[in-house]
Amino acid sequence: MHLSLYTDADAKTLTELLSGTNLCVLRGERCLFKGLNFALSSGELLLVQGPNGSGKTSLLRSIAGLFGLETGYISWRGVPTKNDRQSFSADVVWMAHHVGFKADLTLLENLRFETGLRSATLEEIESILERLSLSQLVELPMRSLSAGQQKRGALARMLISDARLWLMDEPFANLDVGGHDLVIELIAEHLAENGICVMAAHQDLELEVPMHSIQLQ
Amino acid sequence: MTGFEAKVPGLWHGLKSIIRRDLLLAWKRPGDVLNPLFFFAMVSTLFPLAVGPSAEQLAVSGPGVLWVAALLATLLSLNSLYLSDFEDGSLDQIILSPQPLPLLALGKSVSHWLVSGLPLVIVSPLIAMTFSMPAASVGVLMLTLALGTISLSLLGSIGAALTVGLNRGNALLSLLILPLAMPVLIFGARTVSLAAAGDAVAAGIYFLAAYCMLALSFAPLATAAALKISNE
Repeated sequence: MHLSLYTDADAKTLTELLSGTNLCVLRGERCLFKGLNFALSSGELLLVQGPNGSGKTSLLRSIAGLFGLETGYISWRGVPTKNDRQSFSADVVWMAHHVGFKADLTLLENLRFETGLRSATLEEIESILERLSLSQLVELPMRSLSAGQQKRGALARMLISDARLWLMDEPFANLDVGGHDLVIELIAEHLAENGICVMAAHQDLELEVPMHSIQLQ
Repeated sequence: MTGFEAKVPGLWHGLKSIIRRDLLLAWKRPGDVLNPLFFFAMVSTLFPLAVGPSAEQLAVSGPGVLWVAALLATLLSLNSLYLSDFEDGSLDQIILSPQPLPLLALGKSVSHWLVSGLPLVIVSPLIAMTFSMPAASVGVLMLTLALGTISLSLLGSIGAALTVGLNRGNALLSLLILPLAMPVLIFGARTVSLAAAGDAVAAGIYFLAAYCMLALSFAPLATAAALKISNE
């Protein structure tokens, strides 16, 4: 793992897919971070680390565009994301701490809703569910699944979306050892296919991929 | 370059899927749907009992009471419009979806009307009977209620979106929405009274239809903007 925190905002090349320039986020009166820069090319991972409350989730939410930046901007393919929300949204998928499924609906019904927003065929869904060992659970309401199983459901959504940028907030929380290895495997595959991933996590990653990291205080 | 293709289904597909999801949720939780309907039916059937059996008096107060009950029943159901989506994180997913947010907000309002407004319109002839309203005015009552509840579902979604992150947003929601709902109430109740008296009703219906169109074109955009602010 090599540590690189870009401070020179001008050092941009055309290979950069995702970059943040001079980012500052306020939470109430408190400044979580300021003057933060990063740049990622395809096939790279950005690991955001820091203690609880240091702004990991806020950083991810502001990259997604869910949270307003005080200063700075995020660029995707060289275009500031706030100028072209629609095409950025098609390229990004957000895996939050709250999985974002309706507890009263079954996993399949939840995923079917996703396919109305982002295209995917049912055969694709089946093979993805098979891989995540969720096939037996698709007819159960989400509320009867364990937290780890719901998390696997959120992974299924990421795979169905076919998005290039994965934003993952604590993807390992609630997952068992098998799930942990699965996430690592999925990320490695995604990056190998020239995808790009931004992840907030507590622990270090045992992953041999091009990686940048940001340490928040 | 890579295998990533952002295949976004058509707008109609996105609209359909959010309507279907919300109808499915309502189907699995019928209590939430029936609450406003019970409220509407109870208020408007208790009223004749309290006022007394005089048919003339009831026929005069009927349209007003029915309309106030319908307005309050709709307000009652609006609070939960975006609340569960906010709490379980689906609102993040909706906002981040490649479909335009105003379209999805429109879909939410459509399904809200289907489960809360439409049942009121359907039971209103029964309630009208308890007020011994003339048969000629029942059609007008249903038409005005249909146009009015559509407007209220749409306008109310703006308030629901603005107050979704707040504790006890319910009172604030009512305060925000009531001024916008006043024209609907005034024209709706008055048009039904005119119909009962045998007068011309076209003007009132035209106004309600125009108001409904206005809400239909602006409310989804305002709701989308409000959702982005509330979800920060």
